[in-house]
Amino acid sequence: MYHNSTNNQQHTESQSEGRFSRPSIPSRINHERRARKVFFFITLTPIILLVGIIIALVIRTWPILEKYPLKELLLGTVWKPQKGLFGFFPFISGTLWVTLVGIIIAVPPCIFTAIYLSEYARQITRTIAKPLLDLLAAIPSVVYGVWGLVAIVPLIGNHISPFLGKYLGFIPLFSSENPTGYSILAGGIVLAVMIAPFIISIIFEVLSTVPKGVREANLALGATRWQTVHAVVLPKVIPGIGAGIVLGATRALGETMAVLMVAGNVVQVPVSIFDAAYPLPALIANNYGEMMSIPLYDAALMGAALLLLIVILLFNIISNLILKGILKRSWG
Amino acid sequence: MNSHIQVKNLNVFYGKSQALKNINLEIPRNQITVIMGPSGCGKTTLLKSFNRFIELDEMTRISGQVKVDEQDIYARDIDVTEVRKTIGLLSQRPYPLPMSIYENVAHGLRMHRMKKGKNEFDQAVQHYLQVAGLWDEVKDRLHEPATSLSIGQQQRLCLARGLAIEPEIILGDEPTSALDPISSQHIEKILMSLKKDYTIVVVTHILRQAKRLADYVIFMYLGEVVEAGTAQQIFEDPQMERTKGYLSGQF
Amino acid sequence: MGLKKHWQRRHVVEAIFKYVMLISFVLVLACLGYILWTVFSKGLPSLTWAMISQTPKGGYYLGKEGGILNAILGSLYLAMGGTLLAVLIGLPIALYLQTYLRKSHWGKFIRISLDILWGIPSIVYGAFGFSVMLAVGMRSSLLGGIIVLALLELPIMVRAMDEVLQQMPKDLEHAALAIGATKLEVALKIVVRQMMSGIISAILLAFGRGIGDAASVLFTAGYTDRVPTSLTNPAASLPLAIFFQLSTPFPEVQQRAYASALVLTIIVLAVSLGSRWLSVRLSKYSIK
Ligand SMILES: Nc1ncnc2c1ncn2[C@@H]1O[C@H](COP(=O)(O)OP(=O)(O)OP(=O)(O)O)[C@@H](O)[C@H]1O
Ligand SMILES: [Mg+2]
Repeated sequence: MYHNSTNNQQHTESQSEGRFSRPSIPSRINHERRARKVFFFITLTPIILLVGIIIALVIRTWPILEKYPLKELLLGTVWKPQKGLFGFFPFISGTLWVTLVGIIIAVPPCIFTAIYLSEYARQITRTIAKPLLDLLAAIPSVVYGVWGLVAIVPLIGNHISPFLGKYLGFIPLFSSENPTGYSILAGGIVLAVMIAPFIISIIFEVLSTVPKGVREANLALGATRWQTVHAVVLPKVIPGIGAGIVLGATRALGETMAVLMVAGNVVQVPVSIFDAAYPLPALIANNYGEMMSIPLYDAALMGAALLLLIVILLFNIISNLILKGILKRSWG
Repeated sequence: MNSHIQVKNLNVFYGKSQALKNINLEIPRNQITVIMGPSGCGKTTLLKSFNRFIELDEMTRISGQVKVDEQDIYARDIDVTEVRKTIGLLSQRPYPLPMSIYENVAHGLRMHRMKKGKNEFDQAVQHYLQVAGLWDEVKDRLHEPATSLSIGQQQRLCLARGLAIEPEIILGDEPTSALDPISSQHIEKILMSLKKDYTIVVVTHILRQAKRLADYVIFMYLGEVVEAGTAQQIFEDPQMERTKGYLSGQF
Repeated sequence: MGLKKHWQRRHVVEAIFKYVMLISFVLVLACLGYILWTVFSKGLPSLTWAMISQTPKGGYYLGKEGGILNAILGSLYLAMGGTLLAVLIGLPIALYLQTYLRKSHWGKFIRISLDILWGIPSIVYGAFGFSVMLAVGMRSSLLGGIIVLALLELPIMVRAMDEVLQQMPKDLEHAALAIGATKLEVALKIVVRQMMSGIISAILLAFGRGIGDAASVLFTAGYTDRVPTSLTNPAASLPLAIFFQLSTPFPEVQQRAYASALVLTIIVLAVSLGSRWLSVRLSKYSIK
C-alpha cells in the first residue's frame, strides 16, 4: 500500500504540470481501482483481528474444555493447578466484586460531573475540564497502581477498614479481618477513578443529544435548571447513561495492572469489601510465567482470558448499539 | 397609555457586537403588540430580554431596564423563575416536553405547585386545552406522547402548556412560521381571543399577519427601534422612511 | 406582583444539587491532582541522572548500582514501533472509511468492530499475542511487543482519525473532485494535509496508550536488563520495570519504582500536552 500511495502522488504532480495534457485517464482510473482494492483489504483488519482473537483463544482453551465440564470450571472454588483442579469461581467473584465496587463508587460523581459540565458550567470551565479529563484518562494503569499502593491501600488499612469494621463490622460486607488494606475496596477505588473520565465523557455526549429547545421550553415555564434536568433531560437519556455505565464496567472488568497491584490476590471467595480479591486479569498476568510448566495450566489461563473476552464483548456490543442509536437519533 | 412592560435604555451585546441599541419602549396592556423588522434586526433578542432568556447565552451583556408593572426584572432580588412564570413564551418551533399530552399541560402546574388532587389537574388540563382549541382533537388520547401530534397541534399544546401556569404576558417569536396556513390561522385566532386577558407580544415577518393581529406596532432596524405606535399610525401613516420602505416591501 | 425571590423548596433543591455537582466535579479533578502529586512527591527524591542514563548493573534489584535506561528505551522502541505499524494500517482504514464507506452498512460494521476492539482489555491482547507467537514459534521479543501494541493501538487511532476526518470541510473535497482528482487522490493529498493536526493528535493519543500499557507487553516483549539491539531481542518496558521493582522487598528498589513511575508519567503528560499544542499550532495553517 505504501508503494501505491507514492505512485499516486507522482500522478497528481504530473497533473499540475499540464492540466490538459494529462497522461491517460483510464490508467489513473485503473490505478484508483487497484489502490482501492488494497485499501479495502486493509480495512478488513479490524474484523479479521476480532475474529482472530476469539478463534485463537478458543483453540488454546479447548483442551481444558474437553477435559472438564463447563459448570465445574465456572463454579468450582478450588484452584490447585498442580493437582489438576481448576475452579474459576474465586477469580470470577473477585472480578465481579472489584468491578461492582468500582462502578458503585464511580457512578454518582460521574453522573453529577457530566450534568454539571453539560448543564451548569460556563464554556470556559468546559474548555478547561476537557484536557484535564483527557489527562486522567491518559495516565497509565501502572501509575494508577502506584497511586493505589502509596495512597489508597494504607488509607484503607489504617483508617477506613478499622473504623468501618468497628461500627459496621457486624454486617459481613464490612467485616474487616484483613488488616493490610490490599482489598476489594482498594481495587474499587482505583478502578473508579480510572473509569471516571470515560463514563463522564459518554454521559456528557449523551446529554448533549437533548436539543436546546426542549430545555428552553421548560425553562420558559419558570423551571429551575435542576427541574429541567430532572423532568426533561434525564428521562430521555436514561438508557444512554445506562449504556455508558455498562461500558465503564467493561473497562473495569478487564483492567489488569492497577487492580493486580492493590487487590491483594488471595485465592478465595470474598465476602467483605475489605477482603482481598484475585480478579481474572490478575490471575493471568501473575502466572503466565509458569503456565507452560504445568499441564492444562496454559489452557486454564487462556480460558480466563476467553471468559473475560466473552463477557466484555457481550456488554460492549449491547451498550455500543444502544449508544449508537441514541447519539444518532434525531429529535422531533 | 396603560403600559405593561416598559423598556428603558436597553442595550444588549453578544460578545462585542451590539444587538440592541438604546431601546426605549412601552408595551400596552391587554393588546397585541407586533414587532416587525428585517432579519437580524434584533427582534428575537428584544423578546428574549423580556423573559431573561437572553441570560442563557453566557456571551451576552445587558444594560438598562425592563420593567414589568414598574418592577425591574433584572434587579438583584428578582426571581428569574417567577419572571418566566409571569411571562410565557411561544417559540418559533413547538418543543413538546418528552411526556404525554396531559402531562405537558399538567407539568407546569406541578412545578409551581398550583393545583392539588387529580380533579383539579384534570379540570385545568381540560380548560387550557379548550382555550388552545385542542381539546376536541386530543381528549381521547391524552396519555399518548405529545410528539405523536402534528406540528400545528404541538404548537397549540405548547400554548396551552404556557397558559396553564397563568402568565400575564405571552411572548411569541414567529409562532406560526413553522406551521401550515390552517394551523397558523388557528393560532392567530386564539391569540386574538386571548388579548382581553393577556398582554401579547408577537414577532412576525409576515406583513399581512401583522396587519391582522396588531393593535400596537414596533418597527426595528439594525438593533434600533425606528418607530412605534398604534397599528393605525404605523400602517396608514408611517413617519420614517425606513418604515415606509419596509411596509412597501423594499427589504 | 410577586417577582421577588422568596425561597421555595425548589430553590433549595436547586442549590443543593448545584453544590453536589460542583463537589463531584472538584472531586474528580482532585483525584487527578492527588495522583500527580503522589507520583511527583514520591518519585522526585529518588530520580537521579544515573537512574535514567544507566542500565541495571548486577544486583540492581537488591538495591545496587544502575538505572532503568533499558526500560525507558525499551518502552520508546515498543511504543514507537507499535505506533508506526498502527499508522501504516490505521491511516488507510480511516481514509477508506471516510472516502468510500461514509454512511454505508459496511462502514457501520467496521466502526462497530473498531469500537468493540477498543473495549477489549490489553491483557486479552497479550494472551492473544502470546497464543499466536507460540503457534508460529516466535519468542518474546521487541517485534512481538510491537505487533501486539500496534493491534492494541489500532482501534483507538482509527476511531480518533475517523472523528477528525469527519470534520473535513466538504466543499474543499468537492472542489478537488470537481477538477478531476480521483477520490483516492483527494483522500491522500487534500484530506491528509488539511487534517494533519488532527491526525497527529490521534497518533499521539495512541502512542500514549501504547507506552503506558503493561499487560500486553508482559506476554509478548518479555523483559531484559539489556537495551534491545535487534527486533528479535526481548525488550524491557517502563510499566513492567515499575511493577517488578515494586514487587521487590527492598525499599531502595521500591523508591526507584516511584522514580520510574514519574518518568513514565512525564512522558505521558508530555505526549498529551504535545498533541494539544501541535493541534492548536497546526490548525492555524489549514483552511477553516
Ligand atoms: N447567540 C448569539 N450570539 C451572537 N450573535 C447573535 C446571537 N443571537 C443573535 N445574534 C446576532 O444579533 C443580531 C440580532 O439577532 P436576532 O436573532 O435578535 O434577530 P431577529 O430580528 O430575530 O432576526 P430573524 O428575523 O432572522 O429571526 C443579529 O445580527 C444576530 O447575528
Ligand atoms: Mg428571530
